[in-house]
Amino acid sequence: MSTPTPTAAPTPGSTAHELTHGRRENRLFETLCAVSTWSTFAVLVILIVSVSYRAWGWLDWQFLTSFDSRKPERAGILAGLLGSCWMIVITIMFSVPVGVGAAVYLEEYATDNLLTRIIRTNLANLAGVPSIVYGILGLTVFVRMFGLFGEQGLFHIEGIPLWGDAVIPLPFGRTVISGALSLSLLILPVIIVAAQEALRAVPPSLRHASLALGATRWQTIRHQVLPSALPGIMTGVILAISRAFGETAPLVMIGAMTFVRFAPGKITSLQVVFDDPASLVRAPFDTFTVIPIQIFNWVRQAKSEFQHVAAAGIVVLLVVLLVLNGLAIYVRHRSQKNLRW
Amino acid sequence: MSSMLNAFSDLVKTRDGQSDSESATPDQRTTKIETNGLDFYYGDQQALFDISMTIPERAVTALIGPSGCGKSTFLRTLNRMNDIIEGTRLTGQVLLEGIDIYAPAIDVVALRKKVGMVFQKSTPFPKSIFDNIAYGPRIAGLRDRRKLTEIVESSLKRAALWDEVKDRINESAMALSGGQQQRLCIARALATSPDVLLMDEPASALDPASTARVEDLIFELKENYTIVIVTHNMQQAARVSDTTAFFFQGRLIEVGDTRQLFTNPKQKQTEDYITGRFG
Amino acid sequence: MSPTSLNRSFTLNRAKEQAIEVSLLLCALVSIATTAGIVFVLVAESVFAIPPEKAFFQEVSPWEFFTGTQWSPQFADKHFGVLPLVCGTFLIAGIAAAVGLPIGILSAVYLSEYASPRVRSIVKPILEILAGIPTVVYGFFALYLITPTLIKPIFSTLGFDVDGYNALSAGIVVGIMIIPMVSSLSEDALRAVPRSLREAGYALGSTKFDVSAKVVLPAAFSGIVASFLLAIARAVGETMAVTIAAGQSPTMTLNPLRSVQTMTSYIVNVSLGDTPAGTIEYKSLYAVALCLFSITLVMNILSQYVMRRYREVYQ
Repeated sequence: MSTPTPTAAPTPGSTAHELTHGRRENRLFETLCAVSTWSTFAVLVILIVSVSYRAWGWLDWQFLTSFDSRKPERAGILAGLLGSCWMIVITIMFSVPVGVGAAVYLEEYATDNLLTRIIRTNLANLAGVPSIVYGILGLTVFVRMFGLFGEQGLFHIEGIPLWGDAVIPLPFGRTVISGALSLSLLILPVIIVAAQEALRAVPPSLRHASLALGATRWQTIRHQVLPSALPGIMTGVILAISRAFGETAPLVMIGAMTFVRFAPGKITSLQVVFDDPASLVRAPFDTFTVIPIQIFNWVRQAKSEFQHVAAAGIVVLLVVLLVLNGLAIYVRHRSQKNLRW
Repeated sequence: MSSMLNAFSDLVKTRDGQSDSESATPDQRTTKIETNGLDFYYGDQQALFDISMTIPERAVTALIGPSGCGKSTFLRTLNRMNDIIEGTRLTGQVLLEGIDIYAPAIDVVALRKKVGMVFQKSTPFPKSIFDNIAYGPRIAGLRDRRKLTEIVESSLKRAALWDEVKDRINESAMALSGGQQQRLCIARALATSPDVLLMDEPASALDPASTARVEDLIFELKENYTIVIVTHNMQQAARVSDTTAFFFQGRLIEVGDTRQLFTNPKQKQTEDYITGRFG
Repeated sequence: MSPTSLNRSFTLNRAKEQAIEVSLLLCALVSIATTAGIVFVLVAESVFAIPPEKAFFQEVSPWEFFTGTQWSPQFADKHFGVLPLVCGTFLIAGIAAAVGLPIGILSAVYLSEYASPRVRSIVKPILEILAGIPTVVYGFFALYLITPTLIKPIFSTLGFDVDGYNALSAGIVVGIMIIPMVSSLSEDALRAVPRSLREAGYALGSTKFDVSAKVVLPAAFSGIVASFLLAIARAVGETMAVTIAAGQSPTMTLNPLRSVQTMTSYIVNVSLGDTPAGTIEYKSLYAVALCLFSITLVMNILSQYVMRRYREVYQ
């Protein structure tokens, strides 16, 4: 059937109008939607290009291995790199066991009672709390510990001795561990939700088969459910970590310094660790900075050359995030190939 | 007697001819499991009404009935698998060799090692064949590699799977065929040395050749194990079992010697079901 | 088999099982402890304090705080009216909503109704990447790209005065930040609408536009509204991008070309400065934080309420 091409604009009310008018409206809407969608792509490209352009020539080995400086040409991101690494390692140590443990409890043990419902609603609300509030929480609870310790505190202890001359300061103060604990609380809801989904995806028949063989609930979880849910959990954890990597506001509240010319524990190379193993223990209780805060600091500087330094820092940050996300995608991909129910 | 009942009597006669005549008649076997006045509830809904029956030792008892009649629910009360469903409760007694398995003092984990279960859809763990079979003994605390290997081998032999898998015992169990997987699940259940084996429609997901092998296996196993099997396939029940119980809408309508139930049922409902008037 | 062989015994295993369950419960309770901690900390510093400490509202009247239009805690002439900060926050959130909500919902419609699977497989990762970019990067983008190359040229030629730090650049960038959130939540809501509804529309001779705009969108209304509320709450809570791009001057203005200060950037600035702890200026940050927390909490709860109450139930 051939459609007659209208030679003039169809008069409203005529059949020709009815059959063609809708299409124009439709095409307009579709174009609008498409433009909106692809504009996000355009924004991403512009962002990456403009940042890379400004970082060109400023991102080099010297940048990666030097500490910060008042002179833009000499400024480097080493303190932030090492500080971020320590931060992330300790955050993982706290958030993953607690997060996965909570998810296991909610999915495998909890019955549908009031307490469980409170926990679930609470998790949904926590996810919407601004990150800076977590910083304030961390400030009072970890950095200052409600003022309970120290000279003017209730308990007149200044610290708990650890190993060698390493001491756990009480209160924690503006240290890596305060930041790590605050960030752990921040990403906890993310990990719990991701782990819950991974656990839910394990078929119930697997649990039933294990229980019917005389396994206890924990044995079933440990030997069957968790191994099966592991890829999903790992993907969620990696994504939560990449979120923590870019977090700035809570750490600013904790008191991560902006102009820092040292690494936690003064560890700048493996040689230092060999010479003084106690430095590994001291590092988490040292003051620190992280990459996003260094970037923040450079952005605020008056000297315009610092914008190039900031751009270089941003490129480093984005590369790290890219690697982390790529890792998550890789894990997801590998698990989907191997899993056969 | 209708021609249907005749067909069944033929089936039952054939099985008799194959068995050793040394097996005792149902009356002479000792009772392994006994239920008294068993009522079962899913929340407010009652699923089983006053079930009282005995399950003889070292014999095959078949539970038949239309879908939704409660036979699978009843099966699961025998190893307390219903406990993992929320909101279920039960009144009455389930006695295993005279011991009430729902008494507070009973350890469910130990019970399930004694009363094993095979499910309708085979569920091999995503591990090697060896690890699948060894799972039960391992979680019971057995670590000795040599003993585990012995148990794995004997279980697989008893499940008539050893010859087919002995060369690939460390390969993934997921690579086996459907029939092999089901026999693997049987071997896995045997590895904990149970006294009783519960089977919930073990062959319904299998092709006829595998079904026949599973049925042969059941026939062999009954020399050493008490077997309770749920099946919706009446011919299977007639072929394989010594005692048959007919369930309908949560009630036990009739239970008795298979031969007798299929050729001369006492209840009209039983006869109607067997001859295919419903279900 | 003897009766005792099946009996429970207080073996190490049983104790282990119990201990494991308890420790897992404790893990789950950490989340509750977090909420309790947040509420306690904010309230203790703002409202009630253990003597001899004095809470913020014991020194500054709540009336002045909530209705005053001057905010100058760090000057000699102190005023503690929070409205300039709230105004700055909502000005930026408003601009962000104007940017992010339309683009977000239109892309959701595009992805759900129009796009081919290939297009979806390209666009969805892009949105995920946009969502994963840290806020400091967006702040940099606003300050060094959007203001000099977009806002200043356009508005200066139109005769307006543009501050180096302005609310518009921050608002645009926060809007971009919330696009992925709006898009993905709305898309979920759109996809939950059953095919039969769409097919009924097509069978009545509707175009895709008719079906999408007049059948599917209204049907997914509650989910979309909920996503809007969450996105605006996110924009309200945004910190670093606005701290970098919007400035530090708390003014009550609706002019997006001026420099403003939000609740979040005030908190950051106090913390970066050398205000001693225990002073009234320092405590003001807790009061502002309490205000911020309450606003975002209310919006989150409202969003969940909308989802629950108006959820269209499909068979």
